[in-house]
Amino acid sequence: MTPGIRSRDEGMSGAPQRVVIIGAGQAGGQAAYSLRLGGFAGGITLVGDEAAPPYQRPPLSKAYLKGELEAERLFLKPLEYYAEHDIALITGDAATAISLGDHAVTLASGRTLAWDKLVIATGARPRKLALPGADLQGVSELRTLADVDRIRRAAIAGARLVVVGAGYIGLEAAAVGAQLGMKVTVLEAMPQVLSRVAGPEIGAFYTRIHREAGTDVRLGVRIDGFEGIGTVSGVRLADGEIVPADFVLVGVGVLPNLELALEAGLVCGNGIVVDEAMRTSHRHVFAAGDVAWRPLVHYGREGRLESVHNAIEGGKLAAAAILGMPPPQVEAPWFWSDQFDLKLQTVGLWTGADQTVVRGDPGTRAFSVFYLKEGRVIAVDAVNSPPEFVVGKKLVAAKAKVAPGELVDKSISMKDIGARASG
Amino acid sequence: MPKITYVDASGTERTVEGKTGMTVMETAIKHNVPGIDADCGGACACATCHVYVDPAFGDKVGKPSAMEQSMLDFAENVRETSRLSCQIKIRDDLDGLRVTTPESQH
Ligand SMILES: Cc1cc2nc3c(=O)[nH]c(=O)nc-3n(C[C@H](O)[C@H](O)[C@H](O)COP(=O)(O)OP(=O)(O)OC[C@H]3O[C@@H](n4cnc5c(N)ncnc54)[C@H](O)[C@@H]3O)c2cc1C
Ligand code: FES
Repeated sequence: MTPGIRSRDEGMSGAPQRVVIIGAGQAGGQAAYSLRLGGFAGGITLVGDEAAPPYQRPPLSKAYLKGELEAERLFLKPLEYYAEHDIALITGDAATAISLGDHAVTLASGRTLAWDKLVIATGARPRKLALPGADLQGVSELRTLADVDRIRRAAIAGARLVVVGAGYIGLEAAAVGAQLGMKVTVLEAMPQVLSRVAGPEIGAFYTRIHREAGTDVRLGVRIDGFEGIGTVSGVRLADGEIVPADFVLVGVGVLPNLELALEAGLVCGNGIVVDEAMRTSHRHVFAAGDVAWRPLVHYGREGRLESVHNAIEGGKLAAAAILGMPPPQVEAPWFWSDQFDLKLQTVGLWTGADQTVVRGDPGTRAFSVFYLKEGRVIAVDAVNSPPEFVVGKKLVAAKAKVAPGELVDKSISMKDIGARASG
Repeated sequence: MPKITYVDASGTERTVEGKTGMTVMETAIKHNVPGIDADCGGACACATCHVYVDPAFGDKVGKPSAMEQSMLDFAENVRETSRLSCQIKIRDDLDGLRVTTPESQH
């Protein structure tokens, strides 16, 4: 059977299926592309509330923030692609309700879209700080092209940038700010940077790197609110100190955009609950990307991931399930972060590790951290060390046992470590 | 404008106009040339933009950086002529460049 024939509607009048995808981002776009690539012959409608067609977000806190790229270079596909592949792309319109009974989606514009299969890929939104002054001008999150265009107007040499929250996005923006000649302060509530996503060795390293670049990294600080009349002029700390600011970037995590799914009656936790095929509690409805609460097959538990890889993989899995095709291989989760001249490549999830092994010398700006649990590699953070990352991917996927003594020994190549590892 | 030719694993050729400063990967995406996934969008982090550079252009295109080389060292089906296309910036003297995409990027 050709994929085209296989994708015809399951019985209902023989008409091709209509797939509606809510959220025109990395996961939603991928679901549409993979459906067409897999030979899907039915209708595809991709609805997004942003003005732009699906685009990549990683450069928003990196090259694009620095002003090195035009917006068009972020688009996942050129605009012509959608017409050429018969994908109805609706931008600037939001889905406001899902009816599972009628198989319909209502849009803010009043339109109604009927579907046979629905993919929810609504992503996540930045968590807002419920503090006085949080809505002053000059206090911003960083999620969308529109956010960055606003931030860039403030990114002038000499201006004071205060970054609240030392996660990847905050630190990447802090690095760009320092490189643009801004006076940068990073305020973090935890005693370490990147505490949610990496171990203390990585945290200590990046704290040093940012301090060496002239950034004032302040750990374990509580903020009380934002000062200013109309426009922000400073950040008030719990001890009363005011950190002066011309611009404040808040990067304190995200919340999944799951309200639509919840109101429709789909099972949700800290994300829309899906199975290994990205299927929700309704068998014709799928969810993918930042919004999905999915089985983490390498860890025997479930969770919500926020990464490009997770969005692409989820989009591909949902498309495969709709097409009735074999699913693509599920990889161990991976991620990267660019700060200054440093590329951090991460594979796996380090929480639960009972041992960490550092390979290489952080002083050389090229080293990696292996996270082990009961002797098995569960995650790797590799700074300017692609071999550790690439082999680490295989080790994590195989839950391989590796002797810590071999990992610390740089005279043993990663190729050899990979070959010797026992699954 | 420099022309770039992409040859897929089955031998099908597609020639498109490149733009100076854009990468060979971005040019493929912009022109819907299949065979290049580019999952990381050009961050040299995923190796799903692997191509083989026509040996006639080997010298002009140049050698990969240390970072790129170590990503390539661990990619599938690597050859002498392998490059990550997101790391090749188009220049006028690369007019006529031919690259071949591998059977699969994963
Ligand atoms: C600044 C920044 C830097 C990042 N850097 C990296 C990195 O280096 N590496 C990495 O792996 N990951 C990175 N990420 C994470 C990665 O970009 C996300 O995980 C990924 O974009 C998630 O894809 P998604 O499709 O689930 O969500 P999104 O890409 O956010 O797309 C969801 C879309 O749905 C829209 N939407 C929401 N509700 C509705 C509705 N009701 N109707 C219509 N549309 C709706 C949203 O507006 C959005 O456009 C970064 C993220 C950001 C913000
Ligand atoms: S696009 Fe990821 S390495 Fe080239």
